[in-house]
Order: sequence, then C-alpha cells, then structure tokens
Amino acid sequence: MNADTGFAAASALKERLVVIGNGMAGCRAVEEVLARDPERYAITIFGSEPRVNYNRIMLSPVLAGEKTFDEIVINGPEWYADNAITLVSGDPVTAIDTAARTVTSASGRVEPYDRLLLATGSDPFIIPVPGHDLPGVVTFRDLDDVDKMLAAAESGGHAVVIGGGLLGLEAAHGLSLRGMSVSVVHLMPTLMERQLDEAAGWLLRQELERRGQTILTGANTKAILEADGCVAGVELEDGTRIKADIVVMAVGIRPATALAKAAGLAVERGIMVDDHMVTSDPAVLAVGECVQHRGACYGLVAPLWDMCRSLAAYLTDAPQGYEGSVTSTKLKVSGIDLFSAGDFSGGEGAEDIVLRDAARGVYKRVVLRDNKVVGAVLYGDTADGSWYFDLLKKGEDVSPIREALIFGQAFAQGGGALADPNAAVAALPDDAEICGCNGVSKGQVVGCINAGAHSLDAVRSTCKASASCGSCTGLVERLLAVTLGAEVESGPKPMCKCTSFTHDDVRRNIVEKGLRAMPQVMQELHWTTPEGCSSCRPALNFYLLCAWPGEYEDDQKSRFVNERLHANIQKDGTYSVVPRMWGGLTNPRELRAIADVVEKYDAPMVKVTGGQRLDIFGIKKEDLPAVWADLNAAGMVSGHAYGKSLRTVKTCVGSEWCRFGTQDSTGLGVKIERMTWGSWMPHKFKIAVSGCPRNCAEATIKDFGVVCVDSGYELHIGGNGGIHVRATDLLTKVATEEEAMEMCAAFIQLYREDAHYLERTAPWVERKGVDWVRAQLLDDPEAVGKLARRFSYSQKFSQDDPWAARVAGERRDLHAHLAQVRPLYLETV
Amino acid sequence: MLTGKWLDIGPTTQIQPGSARTLPVAGGDEIAVFHTMRGEFYALVNKCPHKAGPLSEGIVHGDTVSCPLHNWRISLRTGEAQGDDKGCTPTIPMKVDAGRMFLLREAVIGPVAQNGVAA
Ligand SMILES: Cc1cc2nc3c(=O)[nH]c(=O)nc-3n(C[C@H](O)[C@H](O)[C@H](O)COP(=O)(O)OP(=O)(O)OC[C@H]3O[C@@H](n4cnc5c(N)ncnc54)[C@H](O)[C@@H]3O)c2cc1C
Ligand code: HEM
Ligand code: SF4
Ligand code: FES
Repeated sequence: MNADTGFAAASALKERLVVIGNGMAGCRAVEEVLARDPERYAITIFGSEPRVNYNRIMLSPVLAGEKTFDEIVINGPEWYADNAITLVSGDPVTAIDTAARTVTSASGRVEPYDRLLLATGSDPFIIPVPGHDLPGVVTFRDLDDVDKMLAAAESGGHAVVIGGGLLGLEAAHGLSLRGMSVSVVHLMPTLMERQLDEAAGWLLRQELERRGQTILTGANTKAILEADGCVAGVELEDGTRIKADIVVMAVGIRPATALAKAAGLAVERGIMVDDHMVTSDPAVLAVGECVQHRGACYGLVAPLWDMCRSLAAYLTDAPQGYEGSVTSTKLKVSGIDLFSAGDFSGGEGAEDIVLRDAARGVYKRVVLRDNKVVGAVLYGDTADGSWYFDLLKKGEDVSPIREALIFGQAFAQGGGALADPNAAVAALPDDAEICGCNGVSKGQVVGCINAGAHSLDAVRSTCKASASCGSCTGLVERLLAVTLGAEVESGPKPMCKCTSFTHDDVRRNIVEKGLRAMPQVMQELHWTTPEGCSSCRPALNFYLLCAWPGEYEDDQKSRFVNERLHANIQKDGTYSVVPRMWGGLTNPRELRAIADVVEKYDAPMVKVTGGQRLDIFGIKKEDLPAVWADLNAAGMVSGHAYGKSLRTVKTCVGSEWCRFGTQDSTGLGVKIERMTWGSWMPHKFKIAVSGCPRNCAEATIKDFGVVCVDSGYELHIGGNGGIHVRATDLLTKVATEEEAMEMCAAFIQLYREDAHYLERTAPWVERKGVDWVRAQLLDDPEAVGKLARRFSYSQKFSQDDPWAARVAGERRDLHAHLAQVRPLYLETV
Repeated sequence: MLTGKWLDIGPTTQIQPGSARTLPVAGGDEIAVFHTMRGEFYALVNKCPHKAGPLSEGIVHGDTVSCPLHNWRISLRTGEAQGDDKGCTPTIPMKVDAGRMFLLREAVIGPVAQNGVAA
C-alpha cells in the first residue's frame, strides 16, 4: 500500500527538498523549516511506513491500551495538503545518486533534489542467536510491531521480552496489561543500567515483580526455541528454558545508515554530520537517530528537536550551530515514577547526595562534581526531576543550596536553604515531629536532651527518637548540636560512612525486618550512598548470608579477590594454594599429589604453615582450576586459607601415640574440622585440639581451643596469636566428645550471629565480656542445642568444595584469559 | 575520533558486569579489560602504579577499581590513582560495536616500546 499526495507541479520553481523518513525527526525538521520560510522549498517526503507521521514514543501507551493510533498522529493528511508536501508513503528509498542528485524508491520512482535530508532513524538490533528469524520474534519500533504484539496477546499465553531497558520494560508492561504472562530477560545485573544505579534498579525490579512479571537479570540468551515452525521458548546460557508464544527483542538500536553508506557518505556508528547537520556531501543533510554528531548518537527525542532547529536555521540561511544535547529519561509505565539524567557512574571528584524514604518507597540521588549537578536518579518521587535537569544543563554552582538540594526545589528555594543547617532545625516549632516512627516531637527530644541524654544513644533509649528506622538520626544529631553546643558525646561508631547505623543495628534490622537483599537493606536503612562501599558491601554480604542460609545468594562482586578466586593473592599477582588436610593429617597419596602439582606447575616454593598445612606458592590464576583438579583427584578439597571462614583445626598426636595423651585429640580434631569446614565467619577462625595440658597444639591462642584432660575436655575461647597475643578464656568443661563438638558449633554460631564483620573472636569476647558469652551458652540448657542446630543447618549450604565447582567449569571467566595478543611489530615482520 | 586499526577481542558477554578479564600481550604488558556495573568498558595495562598489583582482580566501583594488593583506587577512565595516592596506569583506547569489543591496535604496542622490546 503506497500513497502519493502529489503537489510537484504547483511548486516547480522552488528549490527541491527531499526528505527520506517520515518519522519524528524528518517531519519535525520540515515543520521547523516551514515555520521559518514556508515558501522556499518544494518538499517531498518518503516514508517506508504506509502511514502519516505519528508520535513514536506513544507506541507504548498504544500497546498498553491507554491510547489509540489516531490519538498519537502528529501530522494527519491535511497537514501534508495544507503545506503542499508530497508524501510518498509505503515506498522506501533504495538508492541515492549524489552525483545526479536523485533518489530512487523501491517502486522505481526517481525524485531529483537540490537538498536531501536523511531522517531514517534506527533499526532495532537483533542478537544473532539461533532462532532469531522465527515467526513470533518481533521488535518494538513501529506500529506494525505493535499490531503483531496485540495479535499475539489476543490468545493470552507467555511473552518473553529480551532486554530490560526502557523499550523492553515498556513492551513488557503493555503485554502484561494485555493479559500475557511476561518474563523479562536482561543481560546485566541491573534493569535499565544505563539510566539507573543498582539501588533504583532494585526498587523498579521489586515493583515489576509485585505486578507479576518475572525478571531474570544476568541472563544471557543462547537460543530461541522452535515448535511447529514458530517460536516456542527461549533458552538461556545457563540452561534455563522459558516458554514463549511471542519473543520481543528490545536489546538496543543501531542508526539506520545503510542507504547513506551505499551513497558514499561518511559513516561511522551513525551518519557523520557537522554542527549544521550537513553530511560529508554539502547537498545532503541528516537529522535524528541516524546521525552521529561530535561522536555521539542519540536514542531519545529531545536531542532531535535541538537538531531540527539548527538544521532549519541552516536551510533558511540563518545558521545557528547545534552543540550536542544532555538527555534525561522517564519510564512510561503507569504507576512507576522514575527519572534519570546525566552521569552517575561516580568516579573522580564525584559526590553523591542520597535521600531514601523506605516508607514511601522513595530513592533520590543527585551527583555533584565541582559543586555542579552532573547527574540525578529519582525513583518514587520525580517531582523535582526537571529542576535537577535544569540545574544540570545550566551547570550552575549549587553550593549555596547544597544542604537542601536533595529535598527538592520547594524546600531549597523556600528558605530551607539556610547557610547553617543547624539554624533550620533550631527554627522548627516545638511540636514539629522529629521521629515519625515513634511520634516524638522536637519539644520532647529537646526535653530529654536537657534531662541528661547527651548522646544519640541516650536519646534513643530515653525518648525513643531515631530508635526504630533511624531515618531521623540526622535531625536528632542536629538537635543535640543545637541544644548542647560542643558537649555532644559521640555515640557508638556507625558501620561505615554510608550509614548512621552501627553493625549491631544493621544486624538486628536484617533479622527483625526480614531484609533479604543488599539493595533492600540499603533502602530500608537509609544508606546515604547509592551502592555502599568496599567496607560495608562485604559486611552486608556476610550478615545476609548468616541470617538467611540457603536463601540469600552470595554476591561475588562484594568479595575480595581471595574469596572470589579461592586462593591467596601474593605480591607478584600469583596465588598460593592450601589444600585441606583434616586435623593436620595427610597420607602418601595426598603428598604425592602435592609433590606432582609443585613439579608440574613449577611452583617456586612449598611451605609448611603454622596451621599444619602445606602451602604451594606461585600458581597463576589461569592454572588454578587445573591445580585444583589434580588435588581433587587425590581426594583433597579447598583449605579456605584465603577466607573469612574456618581455616584449620590443628591437632597434636594425642592418646593414640603420645605417652602423655589423655584423649584422642587427633580424632576429635578431624571430626571438628569435618563439622566446621566451609563455614563463612565474621573473620578467620582457627581451632586446635591438644591431647593434654602440655598443649602442643597451642589451643590456648586459638579462637576455639580444646585441651583434653583425664576427666574430659576443657573448652577455651577467644585466643589469638599475632600482634596482640591473647590467651583464651576457659568457657567450660565437658565430659564427652559429643558435648565438646556441640559446644564448639554453638560458640561458632553465636560468634557468627553476633560479632561485627572483620572482628576476630578475641576483641569480640573482650567487647562483650566472657561472662556474657558464658551466659548466652550456659544459662539456658536449651541454648547450646538451638545454636548448634542453626549452625548445622547453615552448613548444609556451605559444605560444597568451591574448588570442585571451578574444576567443573563454574566461572571460567575468572580464570581464563580473554585472548592472547601479538603486538603490531610482531605482525609486520 | 581516534583512527587506526581496531582489534576485535570478542563479544562483550565474555566479561561479567562488575569484573575484568585479562589479555596477555606477547612480549609486552598484560591488558585488563573492565566491564562496569553500568555497562561501560575500559582497557588498562594490568599493573597498579603502586607496586604493579593486578588491577583485574580488584573490586570494581563506579568507574574505579580498588587494587587487590593495597587498596589504591585507580580510575578506569584515566588510569590515574585517586585520593592522596599518586601514579598512573596507561590506558588503551577501546570501543564497543554491535556487542563486540575492540582495542586500538596501535596502542597495544605502547607498553612493549616502554620495555625496550620493540625498536
Ligand atoms: C516504543 C518506543 C518508545 C519510545 N519512548 C521514548 C520516550 O519515552 N522518550 C524519548 O525521548 N524517546 C522515546 N523513544 C525513541 C524515539 O521514538 C526516537 O528517538 C525517535 O522516534 C527518533 O526519531 P527519528 O525520526 O530519528 O526516527 P524514526 O522516528 O524512527 O523515523 C524514521 C523513519 O524513517 C523511515 N525510514 C527508514 N529508512 C527509510 C528509507 N530508506 N526510506 C523511507 N523511509 C525510511 C522509518 O520507517 C521511520 O518511519 C521511543 C521509541 C520507541 C520505539
Ligand atoms: C593481621 C593479621 C594477619 C594477617 C594479615 C595474616 C595473613 C596471613 C596470610 C595471608 C596467610 C596465608 C599465607 C598463604 O597461604 O598465602 C596466613 C597464614 C597463616 N597465619 Fe596469618 N595473618 C595474620 C595474623 C595471624 C596470627 C595472629 C596468627 C597466629 C596465631 C597467624 C598464623 C597464621 C598461620 C599459622 C598461617 C598458616 C595458614 C594455616 O595453615 O592456617 N596469622 N596469614
Ligand atoms: S599436647 Fe599432650 S598429648 Fe598432645 S602431643 Fe603434647 S604432650 Fe602429647
Ligand atoms: S600494588 Fe596496587 S595498591 Fe599496592
């Protein structure tokens, strides 16, 4: 179906402007030209789509059923008629002859031009996986695509959207409103990662999941599956298969440059244009998504409007150059408020201001550099999006309103921006509510400060302000400062600079509020940074792992290299490997395997460690899986010499050989190591079992030590070698091996559940007091059993040899090089 | 725009977001290719300016990486040490096109010349 509105004859004497592309940029450019000089050009527009010019961005509401096509038409047939524009629709241009200055269309029509404007937009990118060309695989670009999706949605069923960016999520939203069950498959860990940070991406994900969509992140599509010649499902790299009656590919767009390239115009990613949108051929201009200007290609409409203005100015002899655009994004999904603009990847000199309101599901982040707004991400409350965007574009110095910036325009410009934030707090009336959770007013807080509560902690325990969610901590601290001047006593130290909560508060909240994911902890506890830092991330990862065994998925990105590579990095970048030797025992087979590894991989050193193990040095990361394979084959597993985990159980020879021995210390040591290996701890944890009080295994400087005596087992806790040597405290004495093991498990679990991340048992026992530890374990006869059972439950999920998994091919990417490169000079000889 | 020969080093999916992979150079310094959580790609010589720690094994934050040996923070964009630390790691220009990564061929030779291997 093609049409020709034909006005050519009437305008034979004017300059001929031919436009390729009847889309958003092409028609806007024409509008801008007409607005400046309606008489100058005889205009012909070619469009591949068999229809008039419509608002492409509103295809999402059309898909969702919130708009009809008629409502999104920008220029109807009368516009073309009124302006004497010839529209050739449904007939794409197939060739440009820049020498003859003509274009040729698919139907064979040849149209001469004086000026040619390319506005061909973009082509959706299709990942070339097997099955990508099956019927039922659609893209999301024009009305035909929407029609295909609507046809599929009529019979309900399953839709898979590949790509969790703006387009993909709008497609998913529409299809889900149309009654399909929708899964979104996204390659990156965060939805819309180009526009959102982890925190906002997580909130978005929660909301979409609440609405019934299945969101799969970190998911790489391997193939599109077929049944009866049609699409039937999607298979992911990890083997997961998802049923699908329709697959929407929304993984990105590429500027439509084929025509320009064939015509010999300069093309890189897009068609190269100068500041007046002129291509390498002076008679040919280009505008819209198909162009590349100063190295940038755009995928949003706002820059197109700027481009169209510069283009029209140039075509009507009043040039004003285009200088590039800063863009902002909103997601058009009803009920979800999301805004993003500029750069928020952090880095040099960038400062984050973050505001979280867990109760309202709000996350706001403004990024400053040199006191100027350079980026903003808003979720849940986007009212100030345009204000931030405006500040960003103007590049204004915001230091005068910095303190109030995050609270929004009304507050910052309405007198909230007092130079001294304390003054703002002082100015609050007495009945102003400070703590929403516990309903505490300013008057009450000040009253309790005057009555002697001179620290945050004291305020929390007397009038309960900031004792629950903690979001008013800043206000309470200001009140303390205003009321007391310099006499504020500093409270317990917060976990890190990202939060005002202490380690204890964080751990308590994780359990009480049932927080199960890192971004959730940060949102609920009002983290002041978007993604935490290298000090709180590993801590939260451990706290969550400890609180929700079997449920929480370990976050490898939050682990230091040693725990990611299951070996100890050395100063030359090689690794050392320590296989487990249960209780310090070994045998010829293990020793042979170790000897073979040392020779095979040319390890420069083997060392006997203080924990009764052999440490093989100088292994390259790419050789680690092979080394582990050889060690696994001899029955050895990871020794966790690299982890905040159970390191070793050191034993002495005990009653089996030693003339002083009272009990089988070796046997007990092996049993304890079998019970405790693989467990993640706040810090490293060492155990020893000595067969008599001569204590050859040095059990009294270990985290947990057993000293055997004639009548049973003395159990010691909280010892440490190193800089601050600390001898253990005697916890208790038990009669049987079973009791010793149960107490060991219980003590470990108490430490795991209570200590701060990176706190060894020695400082922990000193901080809490030995009596407290004893009371926890000994006062209630049930306590030990309960703790030990929790420990053994969590061990179910941690006693898999991480080496074996790597040998079997898990995370090959961490070990293998990408490729080997030969430098240029080697190639030229 | 940089001109020169681009060396295809394979699909972007080979590097998980928030991590890096390595590319040994025959006779030269190993290159680390980073993929940030935001989906950006950077290539640097895999040597910390402090004591040559392998940056590829550090924790990636925004567009910086913390060296695994002594925790210096290095900018992935410029290779420069952040904060009070001083030093700079050479960067290698790279681009991503249609899901594949490319290094600027001419830049790969840089470290070799420094080591005096090339003429
Ligand atoms: C579903 C959807 C939602 C979007 N939402 C937003 C949003 O919320 N905000 C935002 O800013 N942007 C959004 N966008 C992006 C926005 O629509 C584009 O940036 C804009 O349409 C680009 O305009 P353009 O004229 O360059 O390309 P297009 O509008 O694509 O126009 C190009 C036209 O040229 C035609 N054409 C191509 N080759 C030829 C040829 N050889 N001969 C003749 N005709 C040809 C094409 O068929 C097409 O009609 C969205 C896009 C989609 C698909
Ligand atoms: C600040 C403190 C410490 C640091 C940074 C530290 C570091 C290390 C490292 C990196 C290793 C592993 C070597 C390798 O395999 O590559 C190691 C092993 C060891 N450390 Fe420490 N250590 C510390 C404190 C201690 C203390 C206090 C003791 C003594 C009680 C100790 C005893 C040992 C022993 C015995 C080993 C051998 C591994 C084993 O088999 O357990 N370390 N230490
Ligand atoms: S601790 Fe006692 S039993 Fe063990 S080896 Fe020493 S002397 Fe013998
Ligand atoms: S080598 Fe990188 S910080 Fe020391």
